[in-house]
Amino acid sequence: MLKKIAVITVMLIMFTGILFASGKKETSSKEPSATKVSELLGAGATFPYPFYSKMFDVYHKKTGVKVNYQAIGSGGGIKQLLSKTVDFGGTDAFMKDADLAKADGKILHIPTCMGAVTITYNLQGLPALKFTPDIIAGIFLGDIVKWNDAKIQKVNSGVTLPDEKIVVAHRSDGSGTTAIFSDYLSKVSPQWKSRVGAGKSLNWPVGLGGKGNPGVAGIVKQTPGAIGYVELIYALQNNMPVGQVQNQSGNYITPSIEGVSLAANVELPADTRISITDTPAAKGYPISGFTWMIFYKEQNYGGRSLDRVKELLKLLWYAEHEGQQYAEPLHYAPLPAAAVKKAEVIINSVTFDGKPVEFDK
Amino acid sequence: MNKEIFSEKAFKLILKGTGIVIFMIPALLLVTLIVQSVPAVRAYGAGFIFRQTWDPVREIYGALPFLAGTLVTSFLALILAFPFSFSVALILSEYLKEGTAAAIVKSAVELLAGIPSVIYGFWGLLVLVPLIRKLELAAGIPPYGVSILAASIILAIMIIPYASTIAREVMSMIPPDIKEAAYSLGGTHWEVQRKVVIPTSYSGIFAGVLLALGRALGETMAVTMVIGNTNKLFSNIFEPGNTMASVIANEFTEAVSDLYLSSLIELGLLLFIVTALINFIGRLIIKRFEVKGAGE
Repeated sequence: MLKKIAVITVMLIMFTGILFASGKKETSSKEPSATKVSELLGAGATFPYPFYSKMFDVYHKKTGVKVNYQAIGSGGGIKQLLSKTVDFGGTDAFMKDADLAKADGKILHIPTCMGAVTITYNLQGLPALKFTPDIIAGIFLGDIVKWNDAKIQKVNSGVTLPDEKIVVAHRSDGSGTTAIFSDYLSKVSPQWKSRVGAGKSLNWPVGLGGKGNPGVAGIVKQTPGAIGYVELIYALQNNMPVGQVQNQSGNYITPSIEGVSLAANVELPADTRISITDTPAAKGYPISGFTWMIFYKEQNYGGRSLDRVKELLKLLWYAEHEGQQYAEPLHYAPLPAAAVKKAEVIINSVTFDGKPVEFDK
Repeated sequence: MNKEIFSEKAFKLILKGTGIVIFMIPALLLVTLIVQSVPAVRAYGAGFIFRQTWDPVREIYGALPFLAGTLVTSFLALILAFPFSFSVALILSEYLKEGTAAAIVKSAVELLAGIPSVIYGFWGLLVLVPLIRKLELAAGIPPYGVSILAASIILAIMIIPYASTIAREVMSMIPPDIKEAAYSLGGTHWEVQRKVVIPTSYSGIFAGVLLALGRALGETMAVTMVIGNTNKLFSNIFEPGNTMASVIANEFTEAVSDLYLSSLIELGLLLFIVTALINFIGRLIIKRFEVKGAGE
């Protein structure tokens, strides 16, 4: 008897669980069809989060539409978009063709702002240093082990470099910063490409891992002779010493917002999916990259209403135009005009039931 | 059905229900871990446990550096913590039974258990790591600071209260008659501790150790902040390393490919199994002590 009751209770608990779960789904699919759209959902990259939250905050005050962006990481953003639980995703690395093919529907990318990766270090007296691609690859591969290596000394002739061991610091968490940095190294160093490759997490030949920009910065600050890479924003906000990096044209470029924007002065593809590391632009900083918002081209899915789609497009349009003014005060590089032009075409190509969508710009 | 019988039955039912739920949680957790790690198990088989490479770019995954990191940091922490937690337990149960001093020591130990792990990690990074770095500089070893050793010391401090609290409880539960009998036979304080108190509380001491070990195996935040996060097998405790919990926490959010995610989940499964295995062995040992020690 008791056994029976126990079994029944368990079943009841499970059943209510199922009901609850399915009930939840129903409400979320109902929500978009409400006539007044007051909230849009986004998820993804943490890198542009401060910029997005400022921009979305202003947008909320202006239009009454709240944008709930969860900075769960680029990978999470892509996953959420693929499972169609958000209106848009954010990612620091554009989706590869193979990943796009897996999606149920065509996914579009628009760039929203730009960032860069800087080389920071800890040496007595903090001399200003110059780095060639060869030196950076050599240090992070573990081939260059001392600061007074002939290669480093050659391009920094005015500086007396110590006979000190180099301690490499890198990100321990999967990150877009690592993706841009390793993408750059894979382009400039065939050795790096064959031994390590590019990705958000790597099999590092040498070095210590720190979690996030603060983790890497912490190791660099604490360890004499350390070198690491952090986001430009983080370096600027914390007044960290950053090295000049030689670009493809042979110029040594100090990492700056201007240098990053200039790096995008290249021919952009129509879908804006491009890596601009190792830029051919003469004054461009070579370790720069876009961050993107991603969304479906055909917006009539999962019971979404046309009103909701219009609100989404309005927001995307805003991010490309008025929203850009909030980038620079937060140390993000705003998009160059050519990139905005491409994004406009992409936003206008969005369809609802196969028909183009008219919305207030 | 009258009211009392009904409430009796309802009460029993609730107890059974909660019991089943408690059992279901780890069971379902295990099922989830197993199901999700199937792709990785298929791809790598047993080689997963013994491979030293962790390369997300080429999708080659091996758990050995993390397995070693978890086991070495946890057991080293236990070795470091044991003398302290043991003496604290003995002091609180035998010497400082009441009074302000006892209250201070007791609450200090309890406070250790209440501090969030991120605070330990922070303290480790700002105080302990520079200290170890100085030591390494003096000894002529590469001055990383962050290392297996740093993680073990932080863990040791974190687990002291777990090991000591249970040991103390058991020690203070020893019937006074037994101790008095020993004293009346002419035993000194030290002899009574050594021959009566400690042997009688073996099982409690060991249970505390087991709980502490479980805590150390799973600790993530404090470890990841001081261990150096190097996904390679370390050759000595002054080198940086990584643990299973730490690598999962670090890489889970951006693990996009299916095999990558599955490998991380298999690491989780491995951690689950290691923890369960150690618990199981521990229980066997406790059982043996109980028979020998209690003997009432």
